[in-house]
Amino acid sequence: MFIVKYRKIFFTISTLLVLGTIYGAYVYGFNFGVDFLGGTITEVRYPNTLPAKDSVDEAVTALNLGGFSVRTSETDRYIIRTKELSLEESASLRNALDKLDGEVDNSIVIERANTIGPVAGSELKDKAIKAILVVILMIVLFVTFVFRKVSKPVSSWKYGLSTIICLAHDVLIPTGIFIFLGAFYGLEIDLLFVSGLLAILGYSVHDTIVVFDRIRENLRINQEKRTNEEFESVVGKSVTQTMGRSINTSLTLLITLIALFVIGSSATRDFALLLVIGVIAGTYSSVFIASPLLVTFYKLQKKVK
Amino acid sequence: MNKWKYIWFSLILLVVTAVLGYFIFAQQRSGAKYPFSFGLDLVGGTELIYQADTSNVDDVSGAMQTLKEVIERRVNIFGVSEPLVQTESAGLISGNSQERLIVGLPGITDIDQAVRLIGETPTLEFRLQRPDAQAFIEANPNATMGEVFTDTGLSGRYLSQARVEFDPNNPNKALVGLEFNSEGAELFKQITRDHKNEVLAIILDGSVISAPTIINEISDGKAQITGDFTPEEARDLVRNLNYGALPVPISLVSSQTVGAALGADALNSGVKAGVIGFIILSIFMILWYRLPGLVATVALVSYTIVSLVIFKLIPVTLSSAGLAGFILSIGMAVDANVLIFERTKEELKKGRNVYDAISEGFSRAWLSIRDSNISSIITAIILFWLGTSAVKGFALTLGIGVLVSMFTALTMSRTLLMAIAPKGDSAFKRFLFSNGFHIK
Repeated sequence: MFIVKYRKIFFTISTLLVLGTIYGAYVYGFNFGVDFLGGTITEVRYPNTLPAKDSVDEAVTALNLGGFSVRTSETDRYIIRTKELSLEESASLRNALDKLDGEVDNSIVIERANTIGPVAGSELKDKAIKAILVVILMIVLFVTFVFRKVSKPVSSWKYGLSTIICLAHDVLIPTGIFIFLGAFYGLEIDLLFVSGLLAILGYSVHDTIVVFDRIRENLRINQEKRTNEEFESVVGKSVTQTMGRSINTSLTLLITLIALFVIGSSATRDFALLLVIGVIAGTYSSVFIASPLLVTFYKLQKKVK
Repeated sequence: MNKWKYIWFSLILLVVTAVLGYFIFAQQRSGAKYPFSFGLDLVGGTELIYQADTSNVDDVSGAMQTLKEVIERRVNIFGVSEPLVQTESAGLISGNSQERLIVGLPGITDIDQAVRLIGETPTLEFRLQRPDAQAFIEANPNATMGEVFTDTGLSGRYLSQARVEFDPNNPNKALVGLEFNSEGAELFKQITRDHKNEVLAIILDGSVISAPTIINEISDGKAQITGDFTPEEARDLVRNLNYGALPVPISLVSSQTVGAALGADALNSGVKAGVIGFIILSIFMILWYRLPGLVATVALVSYTIVSLVIFKLIPVTLSSAGLAGFILSIGMAVDANVLIFERTKEELKKGRNVYDAISEGFSRAWLSIRDSNISSIITAIILFWLGTSAVKGFALTLGIGVLVSMFTALTMSRTLLMAIAPKGDSAFKRFLFSNGFHIK
């Protein structure tokens, strides 16, 4: 089976991608949203005339709110990110924005105004990291438990270890891509991003378990029939047998996600994109990383003996 | 089970699905008992998150409960439709360092109005004035409130009601009658017994509004604030006490407002994405998996209907994250079917007849379906446990989706497939039940 045979190539591809993530995190850092940093995000829609971005910049600068950023969205609105605004500051920002289009008062629509205090933000960040770690831990324990009866030739905790490596892979690669998208297109790492990552974790394990399950079944059949088959070839066979399913399930998921990305609201667009990347990474890791890793573990174990 | 049983069972399942489908349709009319409950990000509105300072309170959960009730009353008198007031406790599990109060106000998009509606409401306290207060203040002109008046523990959270009363001797003089709850009455009795002839100051929002002297022990939990109130002032104070006296001080930590247009747009496009995704998915399933693909599509329809009914009955508040979780779970629901069909194909290749291949395919796929779905459920539970409201919505729809999909794969897909599975064997039958490009 070529996947098992050329596993080093696939390991290298993934390692390079993960290194890319680390490089991105080092060079660009994370573009955290107000959810985690605290601050105010104001989305203002101009139903009639959209003022120039420069004039928005000027108007916000005049209010002395400290550092801020202005981003256009859709065709008729701006998204303004500032420090955490008090009610008075919000009101003065609103008034300033209202004057820009040169029309009657209250001609603008504030579509969204979120304010999150810095303490609440950092608490949320802790919570998010905790959630990811707890999910990974629980899943690994679960995998070790499910495969507890499979101990030959690779013990069950190694299935768990292989799952952890895949999960780290599946979290790091979409994060890396979002770091680059954040640096160049302003995509933010917010709470929805974290839920997306957690969903990816769930999906990836789902996928990995199906392949492991097949390995377990084939090992059992061999034992019953007393066939002496190399572990490498059992893994290869199992990957081939589940390949059709892996691809089709990913395809069906991708269909719904791409629909969400293309047609869905702007609120869930980044989320859908994240999941698309994650589903691809998750499918890749369960086919090209998880099972081949078992073979690597097996060979290491033989060498030690 | 023989074939006829499967056929009858399939018909029953289809009828149940149709009835549930009608239920959703019927419950869509305005005023129906089980409407969908949509999050603020889909209908527009404001969510305010307050932090409660409970450092001076012993019974934290009791204080938070009272706080919730007071805020609910306050929001309700302003006529907001279906407001949602929740508390979130501090601790390791929730990850909050302080008690939180979350107020959801659908339809209110003016944040100033919303904050005013909740109000930076005053706190009501009863404090004992120190006996040497006069001399103490002369000696320490900068004395703080806390030094002059000692805390008794009695506060607005023990108040069950306040009302305007009139002095029977002087009908023009308004009084404010207070009534404590049983706990407060006990405390009040104790204070009035132990501190006769002392001054018990009534302090609203940090300033003394009345400083009566305790004459007798009061055991019925009732008190009167006498002061030089005009009837209007008394009425305002009663309103503040009834609707405004908070058991603990609160401060706004975060607020989110979504305009109605943005919300409606998110809802429409979310639904549209779901429908279009579903149609493309069905076409793919039927083209690739043929007859079983058609069965999977019917199972997916019933999956969607059952999930939506559950969303209505619980009810699950659907936010845009929740909608995304649901759309994701549709994709995952297909997986159970895909696993079964792929196994069926393998069994067909091994030379079994169609009927046996299907039942074998089911039993072999079951372990994978069970184990992989349990891992998704673990994820959903942890998300629900740790998440904020948006994440909780996503976790809930995903979790329900995974459970329902396992159920429909086992009942609907299995029964329908067994019902239509032919007993005999022919190349054409094999073609119908096989899939992909490998026709053998």
